[in-house]
Amino acid sequence: MKKLSWNFWGLLPAYLVMSLLMVLPLLIIFYVSFMTSDAYGGYKAIFSLQSYSQIFYTADWDDNLVLNFQYLKIIARTLFLSGATAVICLLVSFPVAYYISRQSNNMKTFLLYLVTLPFWVSMVVRVYACVLILSNDGVLESGLRFFGLIGDIDSLLYNNAAMMVGMVYTYIPLMILPIYASIEKLDTRLIEAASDLYSCRMNTLRSIILPLCKPGIVAGFILVLVPCLGTVLEPMLLGGGKTMMLGNLIQNQFGVARNWSFGASLTVLLLCIVLLFLMFQAHRTSKLRELS
Amino acid sequence: MNILAMFKPNRDAKHYPGFGAVGVLFFTFLYLPILVIIAYSFNSNRIVSVWQGFSWQWYASALQNEGLLNSLRVSLTVALFATLVATVIAVSAALVLERGQNVKHAKLSQGVVNLPLMLPEIVFAVAILILFSQLGIQSGMLKLILAHSAFCIPFAFLPIRARLQGMDNNLEQAAQDLYATPLVTFRRITLPLIAPGIFAGSMLSFVISMDDFITSNIVSGGGATTLPVYIFSLVKQGVSPELNAISTLIMVASLLIATPCWLIAKRSR
Repeated sequence: MKKLSWNFWGLLPAYLVMSLLMVLPLLIIFYVSFMTSDAYGGYKAIFSLQSYSQIFYTADWDDNLVLNFQYLKIIARTLFLSGATAVICLLVSFPVAYYISRQSNNMKTFLLYLVTLPFWVSMVVRVYACVLILSNDGVLESGLRFFGLIGDIDSLLYNNAAMMVGMVYTYIPLMILPIYASIEKLDTRLIEAASDLYSCRMNTLRSIILPLCKPGIVAGFILVLVPCLGTVLEPMLLGGGKTMMLGNLIQNQFGVARNWSFGASLTVLLLCIVLLFLMFQAHRTSKLRELS
Repeated sequence: MNILAMFKPNRDAKHYPGFGAVGVLFFTFLYLPILVIIAYSFNSNRIVSVWQGFSWQWYASALQNEGLLNSLRVSLTVALFATLVATVIAVSAALVLERGQNVKHAKLSQGVVNLPLMLPEIVFAVAILILFSQLGIQSGMLKLILAHSAFCIPFAFLPIRARLQGMDNNLEQAAQDLYATPLVTFRRITLPLIAPGIFAGSMLSFVISMDDFITSNIVSGGGATTLPVYIFSLVKQGVSPELNAISTLIMVASLLIATPCWLIAKRSR
């Protein structure tokens, strides 16, 4: 009996904080998303599905609902850019992680230190680094202009590509670490065995290394994708405000746009997308555990 | 001779040609922007990209910037309180989950403690904003401390749990066999042993709190601007030499915090 009470009191603060500051606010968001929004911020306690229909439709001057692509475009852009970012991160991370795993022990430690170091640096500063590189007359632009690769009026900032560069830059370490961990666990004798049996390198990579690293690859993919879906800084600083993503669309609803219930419904939507990916991964890992 | 050897086909089956080149490119991509910031921060010219000469002047003007110093003060206060709260909660939760006997719903409790890691931060930020406005909390400082405490908990929890998993509990059991009360065992045996984990966890949550932008940007107001939110407002005004100096100072501070943590984590492994 005494042991149980130690357990109870030890976990109580964590449960209290999480239920009051995490679960309760999420329930409120869910509730607000079904309410009518108040023009002055806040909401009126009248049930309505208006905030959800606003994602797809807009009312024209006759009060007929017309399909509105404005928000659907933002959602599609968010999904596309996040997916593309995760794919680019994967294509770069795998060779890098493999390269690190082939180094001597001291070199490995040093390179991993270099990979994790940016995490300790403020995200705003890291995105600012991208702004500085891509800015008008910045290093990259003057370089490209010197070689005549871009015209005089082209700008590298404020477009989808700039946002993607920023997202890859901020989130790529999240992809390298799990892939590196899974490569380190790999039994290298399998690679030698494959080569002894006259498998070429590409074939070994495809049929031995990649399948065995799949858990790390999937984990890294989810780790990059989830924060990308809700990212705020890159669209604001590198996208220039015109090209929005779901994250800063939500933020605007609680800021300048003052439409809380629409913001809440977008938040619920984002949460559903993220949960879908997390459930997919949980399903995969539980299946793997059953196999082993 | 060595140069010639580079061009000979490598017979090692584990060697993949081209991966090294990607690695070099990757580290250049990761560190070139940072090096450019540092280099430009010493440029005396007000136009950032035109080099005029070496100068410390932007550091001097950054350190006299009232807004910057105020936001730094807010950030340090918030991070200090949030770290304290998060670490205490994380230590007690980690002790129960790693050392407690017959813990009911251990899986669920793990999930509850790590909940902030599963949500995109913007979701948490707007959710807690609505909560605060419903409760009518006005003080920006209090709002920031509460929100930061919540999302720092898993970052404090994970290193402490890792430390507890890494050591066996023979010493703790020996102490209890010698009639030490649980509190004495904790104070004399467990606490000194998990101190590196607590240090790493609290440092991590301190840095996470100092760096946080998304939540702070939405929740703050009421006279409390944190350092990242202040820097963001500067970045929105455009590239400037003073901003380069501020960024360099922040990166130096991060390096000074990250390196000891890394060394401790390496030694305890």
